[in-house]
Amino acid sequence: MTAPVARLEGVGLSYGRTRALEGIALEIPAGGMTGLIGPDGVGKSSLLSLIAGAHAIREGHVQVLGGDMADAAHRATACPRIAYMPQGLGKNLYPTLSVAENVDFFGRLFGHGKAERERRIAELLASTGLAPFADRPAGKLSGGMKQKLGLCCALIHDPDLLILDEPTTGVDPLSRRQFWDLIGQIRAGRPGMSVLVATAYMEEAARFDWLVAMNDGRVLATGTPAELLARTGTANLDEAFIALLPEEARRAHQPVVIPPPLAADGGPPAIEAEGLTMRFGDFTAVDHVSFSIPRGEIFGFLGSNGCGKTTTMKMLTGLLPASEGSARLFGREVNPNDLETRRHVGYMSQAFSLYSELTVLQNLDLHARLYDLPAAGRDARVEEMVSRFGLAEVRDALPDALPLGIRQRLSLAVAMIHAPEMLILDEPTSGLDPIARDGLWRILLELSRQDKVTIFISTHFMNEAERCDRISLMHAGRVLVSDTPRAIIQGQGTAKLEDAFIAHLEAVTDKAPEAAPIAAAAAPVAARHQPFSARRMFSYTRREALELRRDPIRATMALLGSLLLLFVIGFGISLDVEDLPFAVLDMDQTTVSQDYALNLAGSRYFVQRPPLASHAEMDERMRAGEISLAIEIPTGFAQNLARGRNVEVGAWIDGAMPQRAETLRGYAQGIHAAWVSAKASLLLGSAAASLGFQIETRYRYNPSLESVVAMVPAVIPLLLLVIPAMLASLSVVREKELGSIVNLYVTPVTRLEFLLGKQIPYVGLAMVNFLLLAACGVFLFGVPFTGNFLAFMLGALLYVVGSTALGLLISTFMNSQIAAIFGTAVLTIIPSVHYSGLIDPVSSLEGAGAWIGQVFPATFFVTISRGAFSKALSFSDFTNEYLALLAAGPILVALAALLLKKQAR
Amino acid sequence: MRLSHILHLGIKELRGLARDPMLIMLVVYAFTLQIYSASKALPETLNHAPIAIVDEDRSPLATRITEAFYPPFFTMPQMIDQLSMDRRMDAGLDAFALDIPPEFQRDLLAGRNPTVQLNVDATRMTQAFTGSGYVQNILTNEITGFIRRYSSSAPSTVELVLRARFNPELNQVWFGSVMNVIMSITMLSIVLTGAALIREREHGTVEHLLVMPVTPFEIMVAKLWSMGLVVLAASALSLLLVVQGALRVPIDGSVPLFLVGAALQIFATTSLGVFLATMAGSMPQFGLLLMLVLLPLQLLSGSVTPRESMPEAVQIIMLAAPNTHFVMLAQTILYRAGGLELVWPQFIALGGIGCALFALALWRFRASLK
Repeated sequence: MTAPVARLEGVGLSYGRTRALEGIALEIPAGGMTGLIGPDGVGKSSLLSLIAGAHAIREGHVQVLGGDMADAAHRATACPRIAYMPQGLGKNLYPTLSVAENVDFFGRLFGHGKAERERRIAELLASTGLAPFADRPAGKLSGGMKQKLGLCCALIHDPDLLILDEPTTGVDPLSRRQFWDLIGQIRAGRPGMSVLVATAYMEEAARFDWLVAMNDGRVLATGTPAELLARTGTANLDEAFIALLPEEARRAHQPVVIPPPLAADGGPPAIEAEGLTMRFGDFTAVDHVSFSIPRGEIFGFLGSNGCGKTTTMKMLTGLLPASEGSARLFGREVNPNDLETRRHVGYMSQAFSLYSELTVLQNLDLHARLYDLPAAGRDARVEEMVSRFGLAEVRDALPDALPLGIRQRLSLAVAMIHAPEMLILDEPTSGLDPIARDGLWRILLELSRQDKVTIFISTHFMNEAERCDRISLMHAGRVLVSDTPRAIIQGQGTAKLEDAFIAHLEAVTDKAPEAAPIAAAAAPVAARHQPFSARRMFSYTRREALELRRDPIRATMALLGSLLLLFVIGFGISLDVEDLPFAVLDMDQTTVSQDYALNLAGSRYFVQRPPLASHAEMDERMRAGEISLAIEIPTGFAQNLARGRNVEVGAWIDGAMPQRAETLRGYAQGIHAAWVSAKASLLLGSAAASLGFQIETRYRYNPSLESVVAMVPAVIPLLLLVIPAMLASLSVVREKELGSIVNLYVTPVTRLEFLLGKQIPYVGLAMVNFLLLAACGVFLFGVPFTGNFLAFMLGALLYVVGSTALGLLISTFMNSQIAAIFGTAVLTIIPSVHYSGLIDPVSSLEGAGAWIGQVFPATFFVTISRGAFSKALSFSDFTNEYLALLAAGPILVALAALLLKKQAR
Repeated sequence: MRLSHILHLGIKELRGLARDPMLIMLVVYAFTLQIYSASKALPETLNHAPIAIVDEDRSPLATRITEAFYPPFFTMPQMIDQLSMDRRMDAGLDAFALDIPPEFQRDLLAGRNPTVQLNVDATRMTQAFTGSGYVQNILTNEITGFIRRYSSSAPSTVELVLRARFNPELNQVWFGSVMNVIMSITMLSIVLTGAALIREREHGTVEHLLVMPVTPFEIMVAKLWSMGLVVLAASALSLLLVVQGALRVPIDGSVPLFLVGAALQIFATTSLGVFLATMAGSMPQFGLLLMLVLLPLQLLSGSVTPRESMPEAVQIIMLAAPNTHFVMLAQTILYRAGGLELVWPQFIALGGIGCALFALALWRFRASLK
């Protein structure tokens, strides 16, 4: 026997307090097809990601392809030989990129030249039958095609170990069969390749060479399928799996016995659909579906993900209005606005959709109230549900803390709270282990046979479909056939329901293009690992740019958003105060006093309002906000002035807005002083002497003291920091949230290549942004540009390299997009507003603020921006700033590369 | 429509909020620390303005002038020569550069009316405006003080006695604290309702509600009252404990009347939150949208810059925003102790905008469920 492809010893893994894996010891044989079987959440995916090197090893040893996966050097040489396809349809693909672009991206990551790439892509697409769809975006492929594309991307570099995590879950049986045929062909072409597959379908697993049965983070048993069946003495793997479970888990299990259906009672059918059709745009999700379900029947809907099952159910519940056709429940037309029919229907949607913030009891109580159960029997009904569905022990628990099986029972209890005559259940058993699934089925059968509840259920498990009284096979929005399972099997003359389904599918789908055999592998790619490859870096650049171009919302938000903010701040933060309303209480009523008032009214800052008659009126009008300044000229003003006595003019200003009051005070004083020196001496002779010296104030760079001239050059650095940083940080965090970050974990791309590659398109976008903002400042706001524009632009380029790098750095410690948005906003806006000279010059800062101000990139670009706009400066004046910015970008990128994880933790 | 549905769905929202520590922290932070620190951090009129002096006179008077500039209004003056003055101002190191000419003291005493040159970096608006006034005042005081020692005949004066009403010391904290409360009210009422709706949609629970005998109107109103109540209670507490308590801002006006206005404002902004949530496809898009909506609401509502300073078009457009009216009524009620007889137009405007936003949000919400 050859050496095992992977050897695991004492492997364990915890996520927080949850134990995902416990003491795993395994030797996976090389060259074969190994299956991991078990329900959702037992640790299959965790185990695969450890073997693939996508997740860091915490406990134990994992040896793959003859080396330790905890060793980074071994990972660097091993990962080009491993291909990993994570769980979830097309999770590591890029939905806006076309089929060919996706495969091309992976080819570049593995360092293939252009000719090599083209040859391989053509070959792979031909052999998977995807060639005709090469230009279709990956997001618009059907589930089965997505999985084939995932396989192409995984096979582009001729791996020795292919790891597939639930590749066929939710895919229709025909595509599933084609997928396994394809794997078979590939293995025939590359006999040395080992394949490791996780699956929830036991019938698939029966065809594998070797199986690992897992439950609750542990390995239950290993061996060939025949060995497992022989050891447990069972006829199929489902039963064998149950037999392998520990005693206490098995105790509750009883086999499901299906009582005969009830005799028809002659009333109107519970559900009747006629030509039900649903179109979204030019896509027909449900195409003229008709069926009729008598009361008390269990009616199954069988089909792949996206075939229209959920849409049909939504139309039946009135959630979606049908584009065409009609549906009747209990003989009544379904009307989305008719709340009455809803009282007869219980609905359980596909995903768990109860309130995770309410306890089990609170959830039941809320729904009882929303169904308007009378207060008298409400508590009793809630208690009845709790005991009937076995929820007594968890009544005060939060749903998130419960196992999936109990959560589904709770969903069912909630759907039944108002004793509906009909239940609509959308894939209620997906992800459940066989025991929990059988438990749920016993409840459903009891409801149907004893309580005469009509049950409409959808599933993609064949063995469940066989338990229904009647089923409809559905594909691409159309019902292929509706009958009892037995009749359908007999109708096609096949042995199993799955084969009958496939026969029906083949009748309606175009014959799959003949798959070309896979050519024998070309010379393997050089195994030498390059520490830095421009090709890998640019493959990320290319992909990011393509994604950005196809997602115009983000780019438009970035460009229009920053223009909008420039306008808002440019106009919003203004210190220009004009046309302030004032009124005069003139007790003197002489030409001198009137001249004083006229002098105020004549300035552009003040507008005169009707004169005041009394102090009370002054008080009232100021309170109403009608005047901002009130002047009181005392009696004898002119007379006293003429005699050279000291005179006081009273002025009251509205202090409600201190900043405006401050400015207003300055204006009033200035005008007063001007009047005193000019008018007083003119009117009264030289009684008022001059001060004996003069102050000549020169407002440099902005002689007319306009706010926009000061604001615009200061706001551009702010916007060029916040928005590029936010976009750059989103671009990384988005991958973390959507799961495509796994490509960084398992392909040869290095952290630095990944970061730089992503940064480049955003630097470009930020430069476009810069030109827009500068043009807007000069042409729309009319800010004079006095310096050298190229010098300004060079500064901007260095600056946006720094600001995007700052965004990348922030992204290394953010895990959700919403956190990235707010985190980046806080971490960029506060230092740039307060510490980079936007308001107070850096030289006047103290303490930590001064320290931040001296290193924060915005500081230097604020100086450049003001210098270039208003101070007529050029290249040679900015040497220090250039040097500082030149250093900032690389330092920030290097920091980000150090902090970014090359494996999940 | 059933009131009991609205009541119980609202209670469900409150329970959900109680179990979300992040949002609770956000509410507490926004109404305490945020208001306290933002109000305290508001720049006093002039703070450590960097000043440089070119002393070509080197007389006792020049020394006297130099010594008159000290923190906290100014930094300690940098003594520089004329050559480096331009370079330093170009680099943005100094906001003010004062040039005292040679023989200044001698010329002054000889009555030759000499000139001091004050250079102001006018790219720094805040400092250029108020700071140059301060510098001129200090210069005048020092020089007249100096002259008085040498000649006893002081000229007669016409003085302008300025008093500020409602806020005699023109204390920025008085103003800033209430404006920050308004900002927190706006931000939280939008974030809480918007996030509550998006969370339900992402968890699929909205659909779940709709298969029950519950109408979109009931779902929406339940969100508005529950989240609005949280924001209203938090803002009342914040006004009492943070603004009047910790920050010691005296409030003359009627706090209950202000809270009635706040309730109207919250009605409008929670509706806006629902509206934005229906526009955004996901939480991240909601976040980006929020930035683009909150900033204009804050900066253009008159709580930072007086409305009169804005271009007329902006003033007219901003009349459609609830914040503009809320800021007006808050200033009249809380600072000028105005009553309902003065603020009824704002109440009506706010109510009208609220109803319009509510109708728009309900329409979008219904459409988004289709």
